[in-house]
Amino acid sequence: MGLFILRRFGVMILTALCLTFVVFFLTNLYPNLEKLAKTQGNARMTDAEVASWLDRNGYGGPLIVRYGEWLGVVPGWTREGADGEVTGRCIDAATPAEEAPTFCGLLQGDLGYSTVSDDEVSNIIGGRLALTGVLMFWAFAVMVPAALIIGVLAGMKEGSRLDRSLSTVSIASTATPEYVSGVIFIVLLASSTAGISPWLSEMGWIEGRTLFLGSARSAMDDVTFWNFTLPVMTIALYGMGYIARMTRASMAEVMTAQYIRTARLKGVSFRNIVLKHALRNALIAPFTVIMLQFPWLLTGVVIVETLFNYNGFGWTLVQAASNNDIELLLACSIVAVFVVLVTQLISDIGYVFLNPRIRIS
Amino acid sequence: MDLLTWTGALGPILNPLMLAAVAVFLLGLIGNFVLTLAGQQAGEVQINADHTLTINRTPVDYALMAMKYAVLLFLACCLAYIIGGLVQSDPMDQGILGAMGRRFLPVWIALIVLFALSITFKRKLGLYGKLFDSLIGMIGFGLVMFWMFTAIFAGTIITFGPIDVISQMRNEVPGTPLPNPDDGAYLYYLLGGDNLGRDVFSRMVMGAREVLKIAPAATLFAFMVGITLGLPAGYFGGKLDTVLTFIANLVLAFPVILLFYLLVTPEIVDAGIPTYMAAVLFLFPIIFFVVLFNSRYHTQPTKRLAYIAISLVIGFWLYSGLAFNADPLGLISMPGNILIVFVSVVFVNSPTVFRIVRGIVLDIKTRDYVAAGQTRGEGPWYIMLWEILPNARGPLIVDFCLRIGYTTILLGTLGFFGLGVSPESPDWGSTINEGRRLLTIYPHPALPPALALMSLVLGLNLLADGLREESLKD
Repeated sequence: MGLFILRRFGVMILTALCLTFVVFFLTNLYPNLEKLAKTQGNARMTDAEVASWLDRNGYGGPLIVRYGEWLGVVPGWTREGADGEVTGRCIDAATPAEEAPTFCGLLQGDLGYSTVSDDEVSNIIGGRLALTGVLMFWAFAVMVPAALIIGVLAGMKEGSRLDRSLSTVSIASTATPEYVSGVIFIVLLASSTAGISPWLSEMGWIEGRTLFLGSARSAMDDVTFWNFTLPVMTIALYGMGYIARMTRASMAEVMTAQYIRTARLKGVSFRNIVLKHALRNALIAPFTVIMLQFPWLLTGVVIVETLFNYNGFGWTLVQAASNNDIELLLACSIVAVFVVLVTQLISDIGYVFLNPRIRIS
Repeated sequence: MDLLTWTGALGPILNPLMLAAVAVFLLGLIGNFVLTLAGQQAGEVQINADHTLTINRTPVDYALMAMKYAVLLFLACCLAYIIGGLVQSDPMDQGILGAMGRRFLPVWIALIVLFALSITFKRKLGLYGKLFDSLIGMIGFGLVMFWMFTAIFAGTIITFGPIDVISQMRNEVPGTPLPNPDDGAYLYYLLGGDNLGRDVFSRMVMGAREVLKIAPAATLFAFMVGITLGLPAGYFGGKLDTVLTFIANLVLAFPVILLFYLLVTPEIVDAGIPTYMAAVLFLFPIIFFVVLFNSRYHTQPTKRLAYIAISLVIGFWLYSGLAFNADPLGLISMPGNILIVFVSVVFVNSPTVFRIVRGIVLDIKTRDYVAAGQTRGEGPWYIMLWEILPNARGPLIVDFCLRIGYTTILLGTLGFFGLGVSPESPDWGSTINEGRRLLTIYPHPALPPALALMSLVLGLNLLADGLREESLKD
């Protein structure tokens, strides 16, 4: 078991290295750097000026060396200007050249400097991640129980009317991406001119003009039922159908097993069969699926945060990508890749732990 | 001129009926739920002593029956609106629903012909014919073909050009008449105008064409790549399998949205990355067909030569046009921004196809007929392509349908973030993105493309479900 985890861990590190290199390569392509030079320096630079600007600011060396510097395994570049002033990767206003460390990269916890927000990347990304964490937590808290209940109810009597209607519901939910369900929810529940809100406020059943708020901007300070329901529902809906279908398949398979038939013949009530005998075995497969939903949720989070104006991690990613904020985008990618790989690892290990039929020698 | 109503002349008769149908349906649903909770069961068929059957109807059955007839009544009303639109000539009488039904006339005719022919000959049509045995599959197929025919006949359905701007019509509500229409022009904006004064209805219809131009083709390419790599990985195993699986997992570990943001930017297009990726990815279909014919006609040199020559010529002709925009005949071309969208969608989808194919091959290669083929001395590629692949077609066809839906969602995501599409493009993702800015005040520009996208993907998912059900019955 230890060896298995170790090997999975090794593969994970290798994957992470490959992925970060690809991201580094794509964000540091010459057209991107040229655009960066022109936004930081002067929009009307000539090609030679761009090249010298890049060289002065440490973008000149070979890609693999710069990747090493960024990672923190190659000493950061230093450079002595014509006036004797020393500049370098690890040198900034707070740390003069004499005190600057040799290495400053990801491994030292230095994520770099966001050129657009004029702030350390680590300062920006922490708060944004916390905001997204709140969103993810509520999305999971709604999605997982709902999906498991739907899946178990549908799978316990395969082919029944309940199964068919719940399966159709879950198919419909997988067919509704976030940008569609978000739009429909806003129109139905959060518009002052359409949907049910005008009717409800006319009847005097709600206090404000709309049932829910169509923007989650105020939820960044204070999460309330009024401003956070729609983003959470939007994220939860798309992932729910998939988990529910997996749970249904797993439940249906368990219900045909021999031991369930034995329990039936013994005269155990249907309720007890489902709750005590079938449920625990049926929930092994959905566990993996739920863990693997994280990378999917990442896309959902980006869409929902853009749609509802919630300045979390996804919103930051979009801003960094569209403003050519290279270091911030790299940091976002690291977080995204890290989340994906860790959830994969947990789902693999958890599956082995949960399923007694798999024994790794 | 007045605003069009949604339902026109039939409205006063049919609207109460529809409302009643909805009310009955909800009552039935609640009744059913409450009765089931209270321990009532649906009636069962009993066999009497004199060999007759009786069904005991319980209240649950009546609740279900009420729901069923409510749904039928609702559908009948919808049909009546469309027929009303076809027979009445004045748009005021047709209403918005009827007028739209009339614009979709070519689609209705094509659908009716297709379904009539398919149901008549369904026993001779293999798996496709069996689809018409399942209601879910038929609904899904109907939805998909509706959008397919809409894309084909889009030119005759639209009432205005997708980028024609009439500035007075900015943000006007559905059914607004034009202020001073030209001769012969359509008199109304059926689904209103968007924030620039373009016709929402026409843009939605043209959007179907934009989406269906890319999604199926991209999915097909992803399947070619996935199959060409997945077959040997599963069949040979070993080092090849390890390397390919690692690469596939690498791509899969990339969050899709990040990949899009990294790949689909003007800077990347400038750097020529999409062309290189296209150069690699578009080679796979050619390799696939060459190997396919080579292994099949290995013993018939003339036939083999002919087929390989044909696939190479056609393949490289398309290849030069699509990947490098350098078609010697000047017929095939792909603009840079469409190419990058196409390539990234193929790139995202092919690792999943690879994993599915690999899994199926691992299962099938232990079967007896594969061992028999090996004993006969058949080559590995013949076994993979002509023994294993045809037997893997069931799950692959089902996944193909699901994957077109997923690709449609991906394309919508790209449009939603304004990646890779031209700003005026009528595709559904970008129209949703444009409409969302004023969503709480003017909901009408964003809603039609959102519902269109949802119905197409839902149709594809239902179709896949129907196909799976029917192929399992074999």
